[in-house]
Amino acid sequence: MYVSVKGGEKAIEAAHALLAEERRGDPAVPELGLDQIAEQLSLGVARVMSEGALYDRELAALAIKQARGDLVEAIFLLRAYRTTLPRLATSLPVDTDRMAVRRRISATFKDIPGGQVLGPTFDYTHRLLDFDLAQPSAQGDAARPSGEPAPARPLPSVARILGEEGLLEREVPGDDAAPVADLTRAPLSFPAERDARLQALARGDEGFLLALGYSTQRGYGRNHPFAGEIRMGDVTVEIQPDDLPFTVEIGDIEVTECQMVNSFKGSKTKPAQFTRGYGLTFGHGERKAMAMALVDRALRCRELGEEAVGPAQDEEFVLYHCDSLEASGFVQHLKLPHYVDFQSELVMVREMRKAAAEAAPKAEAAE
Amino acid sequence: MNTGGYNFAYLDEQTKRMLRRTILKAVAIPGYQVPFGDREMPMPHGWGTGGIQVTAAIIGPDDVLKVIDQGADDTTNAVSIRKFFAKTAGVATTTRTEDATIVQTRHRIPEKPLHEGQILVYQVPIPEPLRWLEPRETETRKMHALSEYGIMHVRLYEDIATHGRIATSYDYPVQVNDRYMMRPSPIPKFDNPKMDMNPALQLFGAGREKRIYAVPPYTKVKSLDFDDYPFEVQSWDQSCALCGAGDSFLDEIITSDRGDRMFVCSDSDYCQDRQAARSKEAAE
Repeated sequence: MYVSVKGGEKAIEAAHALLAEERRGDPAVPELGLDQIAEQLSLGVARVMSEGALYDRELAALAIKQARGDLVEAIFLLRAYRTTLPRLATSLPVDTDRMAVRRRISATFKDIPGGQVLGPTFDYTHRLLDFDLAQPSAQGDAARPSGEPAPARPLPSVARILGEEGLLEREVPGDDAAPVADLTRAPLSFPAERDARLQALARGDEGFLLALGYSTQRGYGRNHPFAGEIRMGDVTVEIQPDDLPFTVEIGDIEVTECQMVNSFKGSKTKPAQFTRGYGLTFGHGERKAMAMALVDRALRCRELGEEAVGPAQDEEFVLYHCDSLEASGFVQHLKLPHYVDFQSELVMVREMRKAAAEAAPKAEAAE
Repeated sequence: MNTGGYNFAYLDEQTKRMLRRTILKAVAIPGYQVPFGDREMPMPHGWGTGGIQVTAAIIGPDDVLKVIDQGADDTTNAVSIRKFFAKTAGVATTTRTEDATIVQTRHRIPEKPLHEGQILVYQVPIPEPLRWLEPRETETRKMHALSEYGIMHVRLYEDIATHGRIATSYDYPVQVNDRYMMRPSPIPKFDNPKMDMNPALQLFGAGREKRIYAVPPYTKVKSLDFDDYPFEVQSWDQSCALCGAGDSFLDEIITSDRGDRMFVCSDSDYCQDRQAARSKEAAE
């Protein structure tokens, strides 16, 4: 005799207990501390902060620990927390020219004022597994090189240098008094303004943007990019309180910025000049910042009078599908029960097969 | 788990106000999809975040909540959502359709008729009825604005031309109040007639797609059809194996690896009430 499935609540609790056990792994192995994650898995933390849209290393580390290292799940945890936080103020635009730079490179000029600063990069490492890392360092922290102190002086951006010659399109300053689009408060509408688009891309899934950016390089909406400048370091965040005549620094954040410079032959209305694509992430997130800049530039096709031929230039396609929470949720919701819809389909397919079977002999007889 | 410090029904009051304004607009324009500022919820998109936000916006301390998934109160996600509101809002919950003031549902409308004052909240994955025919939101919004729905009638006609029938068994498109075409969330077409002139308020929340729409009480909801191919609902040769109902939507349960199967009500509350009445009759 069939008894309908009961005890969903107990099953859920048991699943949660199993999950906690799996997360902890072998209890003989010391448990991870948040400081270890924040310090030693810092690029994972940076990605979770960027796409989680919340600058907090400790909470990002907690999310990574709770998510068992699944960064997309950790991003979800951080977002779900972020959405409950009150909005106290809107910061002033950060000035990345005043960044305390730890890495700064340009692929467009051999030398630039302030020089090329390689900083901590994987770029010229040989991807050979370093078996020395398999064991904790014998020398401990003493072995750590002190590293160059970050230059405190501002480094003018390559984009600014090009801009002075009129070769690069001017960056039209926005109206600082006007409210900034916020997708977390109001839904996207199309055509999307650039502020909303950049917000969507900054929160967007790195893998998705990487593939889209790559597709533009292979001809699906090519935009002739050069990495004008990539810089990474600390910038100061300031707010302007309503009732005070001066601005207040509320802290420093580490960001990675990519200014992509794209050749542009000009159009009927615009002379030839270089155009821009822009990418910015929290922490050190070069791959994401570069991919974002490529996609940002691709999405400017309408504004620049280019024909949209590639998926990366299709605003609705890109912006509706770049969010990992939305994509992950909807793909995975197929796990939820669909008994009723499936039963409806079963009933219909059976009827259609029955009708076809009844019709077939008659058709044969008629022949 | 430590979850202290959250507002009543999880969402902050500003967010609820935004949602309520959206709902009011949706009620004022039956069937029209109103965009809203979807929030990240503590469960994934696809798990009913739209319905949960609608419920969170309308629920009060005196409400009695029922949550069903596939018609049943005991499916895991229904259990999870019911527990979420029991925890964050401290409201009473029930499995009895007639006792609930709010019924949140995924994929079904309860078999028992709803009454005035009740609110049925649907979880909606894709709110746009024209989406499979036109993927662009910019286009479909225009089509709604112009009541340009011919494309859907052509699709239904093509079904008839190819299959001799309209081959849509769930998520069957409807027209609300003779104006907006609406997607009834993927309920089986069996449930479509229940939407028409229903005394309860019907609210639809699509979180990922950031849309809310509504069917106010006693509003006309017509399933699309043709004069010579009228709309019809599924029927089964069997009755429910547990309660004997011949008028309910049946789930097919596979009971052995030899292909044995039985049919039982998808609406667990309806089925249990009927079973209780039968055993009472038998005892008398």
